[in-house]
This record gives sequence, structure tokens and C-alpha cells, in this order.
Amino acid sequence: MNGSGNGKADWVAHMHRISTVRDKAAFGELFQYFAPRVKAFLMKSGADEGLAEDCAQDVMVTLWNKAHMFDPTRASVATWIFTIARNRRIDALRKDRRPEPEDLAWGPEEEPDQADVMTLQQETDRLGEAIKALPEKQRELIEKAYFGDLSHGEIATETGLPLGTIKSRIRLALERLRHTMR
Amino acid sequence: MNVINHHLTDELLMGYAAGTLPEAFSLIVATHISMCDECRARLGSFDAVGGSVLEECGSHAMAEDSFSEVLGRLDGAPNSQPIRVETETSNGANHADSFPWPLAEYVGSDPSAVKWKSLGGGVRHSVIKTSKGATARLLRIPAGMTMPDHGHNGLEATLVLKGAYRDDDGRYGPGDIEVANEEFDHTPVAEDGEDCICLTVTDAPLKFRGLVPRIAQPFLGI
Repeated sequence: MNGSGNGKADWVAHMHRISTVRDKAAFGELFQYFAPRVKAFLMKSGADEGLAEDCAQDVMVTLWNKAHMFDPTRASVATWIFTIARNRRIDALRKDRRPEPEDLAWGPEEEPDQADVMTLQQETDRLGEAIKALPEKQRELIEKAYFGDLSHGEIATETGLPLGTIKSRIRLALERLRHTMR
Repeated sequence: MNVINHHLTDELLMGYAAGTLPEAFSLIVATHISMCDECRARLGSFDAVGGSVLEECGSHAMAEDSFSEVLGRLDGAPNSQPIRVETETSNGANHADSFPWPLAEYVGSDPSAVKWKSLGGGVRHSVIKTSKGATARLLRIPAGMTMPDHGHNGLEATLVLKGAYRDDDGRYGPGDIEVANEEFDHTPVAEDGEDCICLTVTDAPLKFRGLVPRIAQPFLGI
């Protein structure tokens, strides 16, 4: 995902092409990879196939329309698409309103620092690896939480959730933030 | 901006990232994050967990004509480059007296325009309309005043917006958030000098210990 030679596509570059020259071929490749995943995610979150199909299409249209808002120093493409899919799910399945934080006044910049982009993408990959390496039970609990199968009360009382694994990545997130704010 | 010492719990951040919090809790999380860069960065990590779940949860084939349908919905116009309008309202630091943006969406940005209802003893509140599952309210405690002693049946989160209070756990100033569960009894005391305005969210009614507040509770709707 970050051109580090792990065989994954460079989705950040795809997003850049979509944002700057409205590249439909790049969009097609993103669609092929992510749309079926968004659909599976929504079905595991309780949507039937028809609704999941419609919402996954909406998510991909949103990706196209808001491509200029994607900031590769703050999120990987998968993370960004997850937040769009999650918000679509809250809208369509829970019919709830979700207040969002005030956006930062200092980003995104027109030309993000490539070193910041690399760091963020590598950290995200490492977090993903750490989650994949978890014992199956813990990984399943994380999935349940993100599919919406755990209430906030259950997240608070569920002792098997590996919050420590996530926490160990937070220090890095803070260092990144300080770097970005300099 | 003053230093924030009390932050969101991992559980609330994860619930917010997963999108499963009741609206009232999402409101207090979003408001705190607007004031706290540290928790904004922590939320980035919890969002990234969601990105990993999305990538690894398998795939389900899209309908045959799906891609052409989506192409038909795309706006072909050249993308308008992001215009960063540095409005004053986009920067909370310029407006120390106004409510952070997510909260202002609900109650307006001007603290002096809030329509308060008395809770007795000079304490006032204003309930914020959200979907059911949890209740959000603004609470205004006069400077130097002690809140009635209370415990909780469920989860309570309190975010200081103006002024400050102290309880057994320390001092809470603007931006600080206190998350308390049912085992926790506390008696917050507002600091002298300025009324303390907080955003509080509960998922169950508060239990006041004193007789009068307990009698008044059903009528006040808190």
C-alpha cells in the first residue's frame, strides 16, 4: 500500500490521480478492490445484500466526490474508506446522527510531506499486522466491535478486547501528530 | 489553550470509531476531540483498526452492472481543489468563549444564549435533544458551589467547557473529560471565580443522595 515492496497496490497514488486528474482507471482499480470489501463489511454489520450493494455504491461515489479531502498524512486509504462506510452504515442502518469533530485548521495541505505519508502508511500496516497476529478470539472480538455487534457497554466490560495492542500503537500516533503540527 | 489532563477512555474512542455509540455520547466524544489533539490522534489509531477490519473481513461480489452504475453517477467535472478558508470560526482558539463546533451544531455557539432551567440551589441545566439511548445536557454550576452528591446507574461522561471543578479525582478545567461508571460517587465543587459550564452525558438517570434532589428528580427530568 505504500510502495514498500510488499506487493500491495499504491492506493495513495490512486487517490492522488483521482483527486487531481479525475482518473477513472485509477477509480476502477480502487472500486475492484474495495467495493466488495465494503459490501462484505456492511453485510457482516447486519445489512441484507441489496442494502449492502446500494450502500457500497454510495461509498464509492463519496470516495470520488470527496477525493480531495483524503489526507494521506492522517489515514490510509483503507482507513478513510472505512470511515465513509461506517458513516453510511450509521445513516442507513441505525438512522442515527453522528456528530463529527471540528476539522483541523492546519490540514490537509496541497502537497503533503512524502516522509509523513510514508510514516503514516507504514504505521497503519504495522497496526494491521499486529491485529492479524492476535489470538483468534481477540481478533474476533475486535471484528464484532467494528461490525457493531458490541454495544458501548459491552466494549467497556469485555475483558478480552486487546486494547493494549492498539494502545501500543498510540504512542506512535502521537509522535506523528506532533511532527505534522510542527 | 490550557493543558488538558483528563482524556477519553479507550472504550469510548473505540465505540466512536466503530460507530456504535448513542448520539449523545458521540456528541461529547466529538466535542472533546475538537478541543484535544491527543485524543484526535488516538482516534486515528482506532479508525485505523476499522480500516484493517474492513480490509480483512473478506469480500462479497458486487452486482454485475455495479461499476457502470457507479460510473454513471460520477461527476465528470474537474475537481475543485480544496479551498482552505481560514475562517475565524474554524479555529476554536480564536473564540475562547464560544462552544466547540460539534456542540454549537446543537445549541448554538454562544454560551450566554443557552436557555437554562433551574435545578435548585443555583444549579441550572439545559437538555440537548438527541436520539434515545443516552441523554446529553449542559450543566451550569455557580462558582464555588457544590453539586448535589450523586452516583450513577450507568455511565456518565462530563466535559468541562468553561470554568473548572474539583472532585476526589482532581481538577477539571476546560477540555478535561471525566468518565465515571456506576461504582463511582462524586461531589464536584465548582471553582471560585467563574461559573462552571459542562456537557454531561448519561445512559441512565443520576442517583442523588440528598432528600430534596431525590424528590425533585422525577419532576426535573434529569
